[in-house]
Amino acid sequence: MKIVVAIKQVPVRDTNVRIDASGKWIDEADLEFEINEPDAYALEEALQLKDEHGGEVIALCAGPEHAGSMIREALAKGADRAIHIECDDLGSLDTLGVAQRLAAAVKAENPDLILTGLQSDDLGLGQTGVVMAELLGIPHSTIIMHVAVDGAAIKVKRELEDGWFQQIEMPLPALLTIQSGIHRLRYATLMGIKKAKTKEVKKLTPAELGAAPAAAITVERIYAPEKKKQTQILKGSPQETAAQLVEKLKYEVRVI
Amino acid sequence: MSGVLVVLEHRNGAWARMSWEAIAAAGQLAQICGGNVYTAALGGELGALSAEAASHGGAKLHTLEHAQLAQYTPEGYTLALEELIRKHQPAWVVFAHTYRTRDFAPRLATRFQQVLIADVISLRGEDGAPVFVRQMMQGKLNADYRKTGDGPGFVSVQAGAFREEVSSSTAAIEPFAVTLDAGQIRTKPGEPFRESAQTVDLGAASLIVSVGRGIKEQDNIPVVQELADALGAELAASRPICDNGWLPMERQVGSSGQTVAPKLYLAVGISGAIQHLVGMKGSKSIVAINKDENAPIFEVADYGIVGDLFEIVPALTEAVRKAKGA
Ligand SMILES: Cc1cc2nc3c(=O)[nH]c(=O)nc-3n(C[C@H](O)[C@H](O)[C@H](O)COP(=O)(O)OP(=O)(O)OC[C@H]3O[C@@H](n4cnc5c(N)ncnc54)[C@H](O)[C@@H]3O)c2cc1C
Ligand SMILES: Nc1ncnc2c1ncn2[C@@H]1O[C@H](COP(=O)(O)O)[C@@H](O)[C@H]1O
Repeated sequence: MKIVVAIKQVPVRDTNVRIDASGKWIDEADLEFEINEPDAYALEEALQLKDEHGGEVIALCAGPEHAGSMIREALAKGADRAIHIECDDLGSLDTLGVAQRLAAAVKAENPDLILTGLQSDDLGLGQTGVVMAELLGIPHSTIIMHVAVDGAAIKVKRELEDGWFQQIEMPLPALLTIQSGIHRLRYATLMGIKKAKTKEVKKLTPAELGAAPAAAITVERIYAPEKKKQTQILKGSPQETAAQLVEKLKYEVRVI
Repeated sequence: MSGVLVVLEHRNGAWARMSWEAIAAAGQLAQICGGNVYTAALGGELGALSAEAASHGGAKLHTLEHAQLAQYTPEGYTLALEELIRKHQPAWVVFAHTYRTRDFAPRLATRFQQVLIADVISLRGEDGAPVFVRQMMQGKLNADYRKTGDGPGFVSVQAGAFREEVSSSTAAIEPFAVTLDAGQIRTKPGEPFRESAQTVDLGAASLIVSVGRGIKEQDNIPVVQELADALGAELAASRPICDNGWLPMERQVGSSGQTVAPKLYLAVGISGAIQHLVGMKGSKSIVAINKDENAPIFEVADYGIVGDLFEIVPALTEAVRKAKGA
């Protein structure tokens, strides 16, 4: 089975982001980056499917040069090779533009299965995979917790709201967007890290993947949300704030 | 091209309330760009659902009934709605941002070379055109979006962002005949099911201490357990804590867990992602302890302490015990 996994590099969670001079994106100057969380689970799912059924796992990423470190890590964990669409212009593209690039690279590989994360931690669009499936003309399903392969078809477990689930069957090739937290993630072994150095990372330029469609939507500006609720921030040492909060819980919330 | 089409959603024989919020959003949008609000309902046989949907207003309710729509599939919904949109040419198509919308609406928008503006929290008119606000960076930032291309625009709205309105008018029901055949639908959906019976009913708890990834490791869970015990509260958690198996699934609060509304919800080391907030923002009183003053949890908190939970929580446990004279 040939599996392509789309992985994206995003700013590390919990970092304090600043808005850049354009007012349309964040200042990336001093940021640290990591693999988008659900993408790490998509990669793990792909590696487990390969462990079980054999075949090949190809990591696919569109992003700037610094995404190379994330790609190496995917190779160290066990991906067989990678495709890096090197570009600095993702901020100027909408989902269709990004998905078109990724889909063009996938098409040349003709995989049986494509996995993406269910959404990116930075943009939070939750769409790129679904749009890729449409551009490739293949069936898809989203928010997937489990994948079982049965010959030329798959059976997946899809998460629904409020603790409900559903099984869905579909023929291959297909695209799935993977939910976070569905597996224990593996670590790269020393051997894996060593091997990764010799694995192929094919670099593509956006130009090789065809012209980007005109943007259908654009970001005008980004900004810190206005506070709608008055939050009483309690200040002081841990002991002082704890004492203040207990007062509030006693006399205002009345739960002590 | 004119008007705003709202795609309604029903599950297990009942309308999703979020559909009415989407109608409210569509009403705001129609005020900016003109035209009527229309609604669309899809299903095998809609029966009494049609009349109920029509009572929520709009100029017309398009009913799309077809055996291939009896169960939701992304392909069936995409094909049927593509047909309706090509025929009626609305300027905008609005959805509630549900799991189902996430599943098919991006695909539908792509059919029109459009991009869904997803999970919108508000909208306003500027120079006669709508500007949509959605969140980025896990709710730490907002972004204003505009549509730039030609063709219909696609928008989905976040749960609770628009208030459902009581309609004074009833929509005229107009059946729309869709042409679908089974061969076009490759995904075969099974019946929805639940995993296991829940033994903890957090919905009934009046005090909840809830723990998030700020706790760092499983071995630290007793730090918050002790606080919960001191307060006489139930212990709950954000999703990653349950995913990791540090607390059982049934203690998860949020869109894919339980919805709670206690007198006190004390969030410890939880960032406040929207999927968590929808499960607890109905709480009477919310306290957040987080080291990041910009964490979105402070957007809904009544009281906040900015700092290291490993210093604050033990001090708080101590103070609660003292106040209770224990
Ligand atoms: C389809 C879907 C469904 C989902 N359903 C749910 C759901 O039902 N429930 C749910 O909770 N999530 C759900 N999520 C996940 C959600 O998007 C978030 O990823 C999750 O809620 C984050 O959990 P968290 O706040 O514990 O972790 P994080 O976002 O990592 O936040 C950790 C917080 O801890 C703070 N912190 C770190 N160290 C300390 C310290 N020493 N002292 C004080 N504070 C500290 C940080 O500042 C940060 O704010 C869902 C996501 C998707 C896409
Ligand atoms: N630039 C990119 N490179 C590789 N994969 C991406 C990229 N952008 C998005 N994806 C994939 O699409 C998923 C959904 O992203 P989004 O639509 O931005 O929320 C991510 O989890 C990734 O798997």
